[in-house]
Amino acid sequence: MDLTKDEEAALKGEQGETLALAYRVLVAIGEATNADHLLPVEWAHLSGINYNTIGDAGEEFLAKLSKDAKFKIKTTVNPMGFDFDTVARYDLDDEFITKQESIKNSYEKMGAIQSFSCIPYEIFDLPKIGTHVSFAESNAAIYANSISKLKTNKEGAFSALASALTGKSPFSDLRKDETRDPNLTIRMKADKKDELAFGLLGYYSGKVAGSSIAISGISELDRRSCKSLCAGMGTSGACGMFTLGDAKGETIDFDKKEMQKTHDELNTADSGDIITLGSPQLGLDEISDLAGMLEGRSFKKRCMVFCPRAIQEQSRKFGYAKEIERAGGEVLYDCCICLTPLIDKKNVDGVITNSVKGAYYLRTSNGVDVNLKSLSQIIKEETK
Amino acid sequence: MTIKVIVKGKVQGIALVAKNPMNFLGAVDKKTGKIRDEKHDLFGKSLAEKILVFPYGVGSSVGAYTIYSIKSNKCAPQAMICLKVDLTTASGCALANIPLVLASKDEYDFIKDGAKIILDAENGKIL
Repeated sequence: MDLTKDEEAALKGEQGETLALAYRVLVAIGEATNADHLLPVEWAHLSGINYNTIGDAGEEFLAKLSKDAKFKIKTTVNPMGFDFDTVARYDLDDEFITKQESIKNSYEKMGAIQSFSCIPYEIFDLPKIGTHVSFAESNAAIYANSISKLKTNKEGAFSALASALTGKSPFSDLRKDETRDPNLTIRMKADKKDELAFGLLGYYSGKVAGSSIAISGISELDRRSCKSLCAGMGTSGACGMFTLGDAKGETIDFDKKEMQKTHDELNTADSGDIITLGSPQLGLDEISDLAGMLEGRSFKKRCMVFCPRAIQEQSRKFGYAKEIERAGGEVLYDCCICLTPLIDKKNVDGVITNSVKGAYYLRTSNGVDVNLKSLSQIIKEETK
Repeated sequence: MTIKVIVKGKVQGIALVAKNPMNFLGAVDKKTGKIRDEKHDLFGKSLAEKILVFPYGVGSSVGAYTIYSIKSNKCAPQAMICLKVDLTTASGCALANIPLVLASKDEYDFIKDGAKIILDAENGKIL
């Protein structure tokens, strides 16, 4: 890789060990992905915030790093395991809470915006089209590339962290225009077109795609379905971008049968004892829709609704949160379905959700059964 | 050149050659640097001070923090040589400042377990 004089000096440690470490990470990942140089990025979104994902080794590393490290560019962070305002209501062990607090403090000390959200594209102003960013959250990277017209690879926790510390990223994969051009198309042939159908389409596409894929057969895509598609795609493979519209290269059909097969792979139960909504976290329009759907109805079971803190504040102001709570729902923020310790197989057997990504992680990480169905079906079957 | 440098450095030491891929998160004890996975062909052996030679890394990306931990706990290998690159090993070695190179198949097969080798991951040479 070709480095500038300044980058070379930083790599050698002339600007301290923190920057040397960050440049070592960028160069190692750059060499591994055949980048020939680094380029500036304007915004880093970090994963590896939840204690459940990074463990003791991650917590210790961040505590040490944050002693003198400072983020150089706008840096936002993924959800944690829980929110500190309501954690007392749940039966979590003290060690988890202490370690999570240490991780939160480390990121704060380095200068991260305390977003604790997996939908940065929905709650922050976006830079202009074509701007390079470094997003480690998979659904956010796919959304940024495909809908917001920003440029990012599907970054890992370490490459995004190194970008936050240096303002740079290796010039490879989806940062190159030629890689962004898909050479494979998935044609949506199934009639069902709700958010679950698009989540399943995303999950299927992610498995067969390379870096980028074209999706045809869709005339419109609302935000809920689009987020679901991005999250499904990010869960199953390495694909970091899709285009909508024209077919490119070979075409594979995603029909009713394939959709059922994908559903059967993720759905492990006919019902569950708790409902979870919000992976990705819900935005304001989704919360307002949900409040509308719940008018005059109540959940038959416990229901957890996950959104960013900023959205929670707005939905409280507009009365949506109150309506959801009246119907028996709980509005949680700073965390999401994936890997939260609030859903534990010790007290939950099965979880009902409309999220393909949630379904995958609930089963593989939380170890619970999952009943995967659309939001309208959840409202029909699980409220009265 | 048949060696690709991922993390630079120059070391000499004894080669510890694994047949199986490495899952750092699951298989390595971060306090002792010993392989704790009974199914791994290096089970019970310590990575400390060795030049660790293995085909490639597998498993959770959090394994990169394990590489950093064994370095902090002074039981890390001096360097690593792989056949294929994976981002977990690359990130972990970068965080911990452990030299890492990729070797070609011929070069890789030439390294025998227990051999004393000099790894020049500045200029990309194994001697």
